[in-house]
Amino acid sequence: MRRAFLIAVPYVWLLALFLVPFFIVLKISLSDTELAIPPYTPTLDLSQGWAGIKEFFSQLDFENFVWLTEDDLYWKAYLSSVKIALISTFFTLLVGYPIAYGMARAPQEWRPTLMMLVILPFWTSFLIRVYAWMGILSNEGYLNQLLLWTGIISTPLTILNTNTAVYIGIVYTYLPFMILPIYSALERLDGSLIEAAEDLGCSRIQAFWLITVPLSRPGIIAGCFLVMIPVIGEFVIPSLLGGSGTLMIGKVLWEEFFSNRDWPVASAVAVVLLLILVIPIVLFQRNQQKQTEAEQ
Amino acid sequence: MNSSVFAPWDDPQAKPLIQFQNVTKRFGEFTAIDNLSLDIFEKEFFALLGPSGCGKTTMMRMLAGFETPTDGHILLGGQDIDPIPPNKRAVNMMFQSYALFPHLSVWDNIAFGLRRNNVPKHDLEDRVEEMLRLTRLEQFARRKPHQISGGQRQRVALARSLAKAPKLLLLDEPLGALDKKLRQDTQFELMDIQEKTGTTFVIVTHDQEEAMTVASRVAVMDQGKLMQVATPDRIYETPASVYVADFIGDVNIIPGRATANGDDAYQIDWAEGQAPITATSATSFSNGQTCHLAIRPEKVTISAERPAEAVNAIQGKVHDIAYLGNLSTYHVQLPNGTIIKAQTANTRRISRRSFSWEDPVWLSWTATAAVLLAS
Amino acid sequence: MTKLSWFNTVSLTLGFAFLYIPMIILIIFSFNESKLVTVWAGFSTKWYGELAQNEAFLDAAWVTLRVAVFSSTLATALGTAAAYVLVRGGRFFGRTLFSGMIYAPLVMPEVITGLSLLLLFIGIGLDRGILTIVLAHTTFSMCFVSVVVSSRLVTFDRSLEEAALDLGCSPAQAFRLVTLPIIAPAVISGWLLAFTLSLDDLVIASFTSGPSATTLPIKIFSAVRLGVSPEINALSTLMIAVVTIGVITASLVTKRAMMRQRQDELAAARVE
Repeated sequence: MRRAFLIAVPYVWLLALFLVPFFIVLKISLSDTELAIPPYTPTLDLSQGWAGIKEFFSQLDFENFVWLTEDDLYWKAYLSSVKIALISTFFTLLVGYPIAYGMARAPQEWRPTLMMLVILPFWTSFLIRVYAWMGILSNEGYLNQLLLWTGIISTPLTILNTNTAVYIGIVYTYLPFMILPIYSALERLDGSLIEAAEDLGCSRIQAFWLITVPLSRPGIIAGCFLVMIPVIGEFVIPSLLGGSGTLMIGKVLWEEFFSNRDWPVASAVAVVLLLILVIPIVLFQRNQQKQTEAEQ
Repeated sequence: MNSSVFAPWDDPQAKPLIQFQNVTKRFGEFTAIDNLSLDIFEKEFFALLGPSGCGKTTMMRMLAGFETPTDGHILLGGQDIDPIPPNKRAVNMMFQSYALFPHLSVWDNIAFGLRRNNVPKHDLEDRVEEMLRLTRLEQFARRKPHQISGGQRQRVALARSLAKAPKLLLLDEPLGALDKKLRQDTQFELMDIQEKTGTTFVIVTHDQEEAMTVASRVAVMDQGKLMQVATPDRIYETPASVYVADFIGDVNIIPGRATANGDDAYQIDWAEGQAPITATSATSFSNGQTCHLAIRPEKVTISAERPAEAVNAIQGKVHDIAYLGNLSTYHVQLPNGTIIKAQTANTRRISRRSFSWEDPVWLSWTATAAVLLAS
Repeated sequence: MTKLSWFNTVSLTLGFAFLYIPMIILIIFSFNESKLVTVWAGFSTKWYGELAQNEAFLDAAWVTLRVAVFSSTLATALGTAAAYVLVRGGRFFGRTLFSGMIYAPLVMPEVITGLSLLLLFIGIGLDRGILTIVLAHTTFSMCFVSVVVSSRLVTFDRSLEEAALDLGCSPAQAFRLVTLPIIAPAVISGWLLAFTLSLDDLVIASFTSGPSATTLPIKIFSAVRLGVSPEINALSTLMIAVVTIGVITASLVTKRAMMRQRQDELAAARVE
């Protein structure tokens, strides 16, 4: 009895506030835009009974999805989101791996402190961390001031409001998500494995590629998914650091909803985004499950 | 049978405290306990002995109430306890990991069970103090479990499970986490406490020496079945099967064919060109029946010449010698390649070893030294 | 491993410089005299003074704080229950769906979560305000709490609960007297995580808030869109300071507790 209650409360909560809303999104994505409140049609009128329900379903159609394929803004935005996510995940890995590796090799007594230094930015406001780069990357920003002062360049570089700024922002804000899983994989790695490899004739670098990298692969995979999946739907970074040329689907959805007030199209955009994300999410879940099974 | 000896299992009038009646326990496809019946009597110190996966832990968890039998019944004092949840049973358990509550002091750990029964404050304090005295933990009452040593933690776990004066105390590998020296001391302490409190103990262990030391009776288990239930000396001297003989202590097993040779005596033909072995047996064998002769190494005598009186004597040569301090074990190879172990006590200090590698020797034993087993 | 190789030293130095220099610059320029954030014109704390006068920011901060306290508390209760059910609940109808709903919000883009919740609230005619933000934040942060708590429960020695049952506890008593006190650190860090997530959230709050309730991130976002301002620098500095103090205190407390535990264990082992 008590067990049933314990299961039911979080279950019903998630059903009502997580699953049901998705079906509402799906339903509205099949509706038409209307200048009304709420700004879409049809609305379900249960007072008319069965006829009302039939009437309601007969008015649903895939018009909005057809629209998404006709206007090249949308598919370009999807493609560009995936491209930006892949490139920035690669750079995050490139920056994050040496840090995780250095942490795992650091003296035992430093590690908790280094760990805290990685986690600290994670607890700090995301918005503030993105905002910090606005002052650095702008035309009269600190980076340009430094480069001009050292004489490397003679005219300021335009970085803010370009894709480069978006990449920098993503790498910066998502770095802890990459470092932590790789670090935990590397920390568990038995040091004698490297010694055994060297004993059997590997050079340092060979031992790294043949032993360390394969054994830290679960951490690399987890880190890449943790960065890539949320970046595809990212909104804050492209809207603060990106320019008019930066196309990302999160931003498109936001504008469709808040600026154009086209709720059905915004919902259709969300449904397609979700479909794109299903594959990496399932792969990620599978990877995590394999990890927990291996640990048991 | 001497009536002053504690042996309720030989008394047909005695009522068992615990009865397993045709108990079967299955986990999915796997049968952990296979149609098993067993009686355990009051005040017994009963040991369930077997390799890991033999079902001994499942037996204990069914007694505690964490598992229920798939088939059959378990009775405690004549009452079926299957429907009773663990927290309502007059059975307490000492866990292998001790399972001491890390956030409570030693005192509060021991008082935990009494508090659940709403024991009056005064009685509760008395009982906890009594338990602390019994387990010599008085100075550590205010410490937390991580502030005391492994041996002390073991005693806290014992005190906590005894505090509610259960009818039955279950001990799951109680000494498994202690080192060898401490384990031996603690075995005697456990027996002492069992005697003082008069509680029935059921202990699960994979350590045969531990089972033999502490228990009044031992049940040897394998693959969910009881192989033999008897007192330690009977298990050792008259094992019921090759499995039990092999599991308990060191043994030589010689396969052969039995032929009757007078009352309870048999001749065993075991190798071509070798004289048959003579052995007595209480169980009867038909002529030509295959059998196994089990003989303990300490019952085999080793000598340079053939002993004149010996009933059984075989020649071989020394293959290996293991010096164990108090004992030496000789591995003697027979002409047909069989290795027989013979043990001698090193009674004199730094005596010259009588035999060396490759020395020809005679092995001999009496007709009653060996046990004849059907399988 | 006693000494760091030069390669590791360089990668750690550069890595942490990359992580921290932007925030340090932000903090330094919050004390700039000039309105022009990129030009240093002397030390001043005037932007902090102006911040204290800014009613809009103060109101938003108050709303954010209330939302965070309510939603993180609710999320901790629900998330702990969900974790317990997932780890100890055994089999029940729809278990796979349940665990899927626990893990999915962790990687769900915020724009989708925000949009779907908004459409739900409109659909059932709930006025958008503090209540809707609390409901939204509770929903996604309970999943984070559940992940934190269940990772602790997985390593929890099950025989402790069995010992409690064996000594006469009902299952509910065993949870209250044994399980909960032992997993308390994980529950507390789950609460802190939920609290921070709620304080931090811009996207979901933007969708689910109404004109009556504006949170601090929404305010900051609309100010920041217009460009860098020293006032925002000052506000950011304050927020960074609070988090830093919190994280450092927490790690010092756990470090000291661990050291004390290790000393006790060493002392206990010596007795033997």
